[in-house]
Amino acid sequence: MPEESKIWNIALAGNPNTGKSSLFNHLTGLHQKIANFPGVTVEKKTGFWKTKSRGNVKLMDLPGTYSLYPKSNEERVVADVLLGEFNQPIPEVIVYVADASNLQRNLLLFSQIADLGFPMVLLLNMGDIAKENGISVNLSKLEQSLEIPVLAVNARNGSGLENLEKAVQRAERVKKPFYFIDNDDEKKMDYGQLLKWHLNPETLKNKQIGVPSATLQARETIARYASLRTLIEPVVEKEPIQADPFSRKIDAWVTHKVWGYVLFSLLMLLVFQAIFSWASFPMDLIDSGISGLSTTLKQNLPQHWLTNLLTDGIIAGFGGILVFIPQIALLFFFVSLLEESGYMARVMFIMDKLMRRFGLNGKSIVPMISGVACAVPAIMSARGIENQRDRLITIMVTPLISCSARIPVFTVLVALAVPSIKIFGILNLQGLVFMSLYLLGVIGAVGAAWVFKKILPQGEKSYFIMEFPTYKWPKPSNVLITIYMRVRSFVVEAGKVILAISIVLWFLSAYGPGDSMDEAGEKAVIEAANKSLNKEESANLVASRRMEVSFAGEVGKFMEPAIKPLGFDWKIGIALLTSFAAREVFVGTMATLYAVGDADASTDTLLERLKKEVNPDTGIPTFTLPVALSLVIFYVFAMQCMSTIAVVYRETGGWKWPLVQLAYMSVLAYIGSWIVYNLFS
Amino acid sequence: MGNQIPMSALETGQLARVIGFTDELTSLKLLEMGLLPGEQVQLERWAPMGCPVLINLASSQLSLRKEEADSVLVESVDHA
Repeated sequence: MPEESKIWNIALAGNPNTGKSSLFNHLTGLHQKIANFPGVTVEKKTGFWKTKSRGNVKLMDLPGTYSLYPKSNEERVVADVLLGEFNQPIPEVIVYVADASNLQRNLLLFSQIADLGFPMVLLLNMGDIAKENGISVNLSKLEQSLEIPVLAVNARNGSGLENLEKAVQRAERVKKPFYFIDNDDEKKMDYGQLLKWHLNPETLKNKQIGVPSATLQARETIARYASLRTLIEPVVEKEPIQADPFSRKIDAWVTHKVWGYVLFSLLMLLVFQAIFSWASFPMDLIDSGISGLSTTLKQNLPQHWLTNLLTDGIIAGFGGILVFIPQIALLFFFVSLLEESGYMARVMFIMDKLMRRFGLNGKSIVPMISGVACAVPAIMSARGIENQRDRLITIMVTPLISCSARIPVFTVLVALAVPSIKIFGILNLQGLVFMSLYLLGVIGAVGAAWVFKKILPQGEKSYFIMEFPTYKWPKPSNVLITIYMRVRSFVVEAGKVILAISIVLWFLSAYGPGDSMDEAGEKAVIEAANKSLNKEESANLVASRRMEVSFAGEVGKFMEPAIKPLGFDWKIGIALLTSFAAREVFVGTMATLYAVGDADASTDTLLERLKKEVNPDTGIPTFTLPVALSLVIFYVFAMQCMSTIAVVYRETGGWKWPLVQLAYMSVLAYIGSWIVYNLFS
Repeated sequence: MGNQIPMSALETGQLARVIGFTDELTSLKLLEMGLLPGEQVQLERWAPMGCPVLINLASSQLSLRKEEADSVLVESVDHA
């Protein structure tokens, strides 16, 4: 049906916080995908809208912006899409979403797009706010003056959208331009050419525009507002005078110098509580499901390297991806509630000054919070920061926030190093150390940000001009769609890396040079027989001895001189290597190396075994307090996550920053571990 | 005509009218967000640490940093 799909390539445009994304969700449901625009890390949301007359119509949700003049990547993208700078079809119809409660400001971008000559439909979102403020817009009058279809919609429940299909069929160009260029030379340009000049004033100097781009833009914006005023005055019956009194009352508390921070801390406590304890139930289910599947397959499939690849490589890799989903879903449940309700803007307001001291800004708060679950979605959420330097610093320090993959590592090592005693009768010392590790991560992140602030050249001016959205009840379907899209992009982005790495690591630990592994295995069988171990114990011993001589073991031995100053032996070296897929693999590898078997990995068996481990050369225990502490500090600071490196590569568009990050975090980890090891030795 | 003062010098709750801007690039962003010459503004509150500041416009609220508010010139108007 080439004929039918021909005209229907539609873009949604409008200011931020106008209900545009809600309308997009109404129209597309889950038939949407998030990708990046080529060359920039601005999210490109596209989806399919089911129509009666044309079947599935392609719909693009353009980033919400205030104008076409780029002060951020988002704005640049909107201009580029409309000018056809990307190698993709220019949208044929623009459906413009405007908030009826602030029509003049909302129509500035509308007037720019209209002057580009696009056929348009105007949707007026008459949320509750417009009604409460007693504004009424005369739709038919507005329709008459613009000569395009104007629809009243409600972004909350989608009412009014049933008429959108007919309206799009009637979409028209706005004939009367909003802005005339009065200079003689400039008159020769249509608005599209003028916009191109503004986007790239240097390359188009020959056009002889007498005024600097910024001056002309200011002049244009004021002229546009003037013509919009004449359009709106006969149409809008009452202008609201003041900000919503209800919002202002809440704000007095939420941005209070004491209660504002208390509330924020309590909410964060709730979020962390949810991530740590509520998520553990589904995570345990996934864990046991995966290992159950693995065991069943091993028992029923022939003993073959393919079976091992499937169970220890591929299924283990999938397990490593799936296990993070509950925490990421819960995190984005809270983050989207906080954002949708309008609260997050208040947090940015009270945190900006503090964050700025360290080279971050108020908007860095979302990535930093998200980092507690996983650095991968956290780094992607740094896209909301317009200033490129602030965004880069945020990306560079976010992986220092202790993510959920560090929890199993911390759990084992803290239990190993710290006695489970109570201080003051209520506080568990282990819990206290655990908390200090998180605090150490935050201090590390803030400190690193401060150093980057000193080192990185001051780039473009950092703005923090932000509209305060009015409070609204979060819409469940928007929250669910956000969770779904975030989880999906995590599975795709981090998943492929985790899967690939776990297959490589499986190979490294399942194979060794020559026949060394088989020989070691045979020796282990004899050793087990001599010690009269039971069947399971001897299988564990064989696995351990085989891993020691595998390629991974070779690498561990090769690394040993480098990590010896930190108190690590080559076995720990192997675990450091294998945990590069995801940190929590450390625990599984230690379990294999110390022959306790995977099934017991997180139980006390591993702890007991590690405590008993003795260095064959010196005769003293391997896991002394200094070693355990040194190792735990290493995991606080070290990058140790291939997916994060991959996502930083993608978000910064090159290898420079991921390598800088890997280097500085490794140095930090090494020095930190070395100090702790020597302090406690 | 009242005195021209930077918007950041307003008292909390004080009403004023926008006269102009001293920083062209900042003014572009502010204009787009609806802070126009002739518009009435009111300083709603400062953030706890003394920056940013929340400004009421006719039908929206803007948060901006102190140096951004410094670049907006206003004249005080009496309570209507």
